[in-house]
Amino acid sequence: MGAERLETTAVGPPRRFRQDPALVRIPLILLGVAIVAVLIVIPVANVFYQALSRGLGTYWRNLVDDPDTRHAILLTLIVAPISVALNVCFGIAAAWAVTRFNFRGRTFLVTLIDLPFAISPVVAGLMFVLLFGLQGYFGLWLRNRDIHIIFALPGLILATTFVTLPFVARELIPVMEALGPDEEMAALSLGASGWQIFWRITLPNIKWGLLYGVILCNARAIGEFGAVYVVSGHIAGQTDTMPLRVQKLFDEYNNPGSFAVASMLTSLALLSLLAKVWLERKTHRAMVAGAQIGSVLPPKDDEETP
Amino acid sequence: MSIAVKNVVKKFGNFVALDDVSLDVQAGSLLALLGPSGSGKTTLLRIIAGLEGADRGSVLYHDEDVTKRSPRDRNVGFVFQHYALFRHMTVFENVAFGLRVRRTPKSQVESRVRELLHLVRLDGFGGRYPPQLSGGQRQRVALARALAVEPAVLLLDEPFGALDAKVRQELRQWLRRFHDEIKVTTIFVTHDQEEAFEVADQVVVMHNGRIEQHGTPQEVFDHPANPFVMDFLGNVNVFQGRIQDGKMLVGGIEMAYPEYPHGESRAATAYIRPHELDIDRSPGYASSLPAKVLQINPNGSVAKVRLASENSQLELNVEINLDRYAELGLQPGDLVHVAPRRFRVFFPEDYAI
Repeated sequence: MGAERLETTAVGPPRRFRQDPALVRIPLILLGVAIVAVLIVIPVANVFYQALSRGLGTYWRNLVDDPDTRHAILLTLIVAPISVALNVCFGIAAAWAVTRFNFRGRTFLVTLIDLPFAISPVVAGLMFVLLFGLQGYFGLWLRNRDIHIIFALPGLILATTFVTLPFVARELIPVMEALGPDEEMAALSLGASGWQIFWRITLPNIKWGLLYGVILCNARAIGEFGAVYVVSGHIAGQTDTMPLRVQKLFDEYNNPGSFAVASMLTSLALLSLLAKVWLERKTHRAMVAGAQIGSVLPPKDDEETP
Repeated sequence: MSIAVKNVVKKFGNFVALDDVSLDVQAGSLLALLGPSGSGKTTLLRIIAGLEGADRGSVLYHDEDVTKRSPRDRNVGFVFQHYALFRHMTVFENVAFGLRVRRTPKSQVESRVRELLHLVRLDGFGGRYPPQLSGGQRQRVALARALAVEPAVLLLDEPFGALDAKVRQELRQWLRRFHDEIKVTTIFVTHDQEEAFEVADQVVVMHNGRIEQHGTPQEVFDHPANPFVMDFLGNVNVFQGRIQDGKMLVGGIEMAYPEYPHGESRAATAYIRPHELDIDRSPGYASSLPAKVLQINPNGSVAKVRLASENSQLELNVEINLDRYAELGLQPGDLVHVAPRRFRVFFPEDYAI
């Protein structure tokens, strides 16, 4: 009896937590479920319901028959990978610079990398219009050379890249910080060149973090609306990406068409999430496996002598 | 290959890590950089390797100035404190790395790696990954990897720091024998004076970014250059006193010190190691210090005795051999006499610590 009571006091907080009265527990759980349902589950499910409400055939025709919609899908599939590729280069370079070198303005650079997260995408789009638009600083110079940036593909890529800039770098900086420079130093002292160090030592060590950043960056790049809206001039069949197309169809009261494209965007987002979960499981398992190998094969000559 | 460091200065912000350090290392020697943490020993090692640049001064390999040369082109083998093994590569690939980046033919890589794994007693471990190895095994992989490129110099940063006592002991002796076999100029960093003295044939004691003393273990131990070295090399009893006319006066006893025959009295500090003190039941010696036994700790081949001096409230640490201990039959609380067999004197004003 005494021992049992002692145990109760010893594990006090969790016990009391579980013993919250039903009057508190049930409404709280219901509230949580309701919020998730109203804000996430129902809207997402409704997108698919609306898209498919007139049957699979109509759904397919909505996506494929309209040339402008076809073009929007294609454009997104061009813009997003290019932006992701640019951000992979930038992210690796930035993470390398920030974690491997100590220089004046290092903290400032780290803050700068986060800037695109803080700035409204619309403002980001406007910045590019002010720089490269006809009335912008470089506008005349560009027009005289017949280079189109605003209301054209380069503008879309610029805006999307800017908005998604932090994803890869943000993901890599902590990974590379945790790895430390020792392995790279060791490779250097063994006679490896800069590129050999990067391909053989650094990249294999950061690949999971990099892939994770790429997935998040890609999801954001596909869905980007605000900045792209401003720089694209949303010309149907030319500069409309998928999110812009969704809005345009919706404005034209073409709800089934709008929802069809929206459902595709949502599917891409869900795929990204699945990939993210898969990756998290995989890296976690790799970590656990590593730890287990360590314990299954006890290091012989290091065992402490009793 | 011989190594020379000339007037090297290195600062990290306001912290002076190396303050005008010069050092000569003979070809084929095994040298220990010994010092407390923050003394600059690791920085010196990294500057020799080229992993860190010197603010001033130069590094010479066999009379050739390599100060501006990348570690890539210095042909050094560097073993990192935490080994820095490539975690995504097998032991075999780790050792082979230096050969592969030099585009050595495959067949040669194979035989060289096998040979090295045999040398570090890791035959059959080639397929394992670093996390599957014990600390001692990882250490040896790091060593084999550094040796694969046939370095002219082998540099080791705290090579045994992360291992437990027993493995450390084994690896020390192994490194010593290993060096006798391969004869490559080797420098290692350690904060453990016992380790430095047991393994190295040259010891460099560092403190606050300067070299305090450089010599063979015997020289350094028998003739410490200054109070810091004396203190750092292990347990020592410190007596404050005065010196005059060839005699040192400490707490009522008199010790002969013919090195100072002057009539002028000077403050002096005497340093006496525990094994340089003797204990006796009676004041048989010319001058001895009456003291009370506080604690006795028989430890291996010696008995460590802690005493309190009767008239000067000093605490004394004495080591006597077990035979002598049995002969005296010491008990805590006994009143005995302690006399020094030898001692060293430093004048405090010569060394502002």
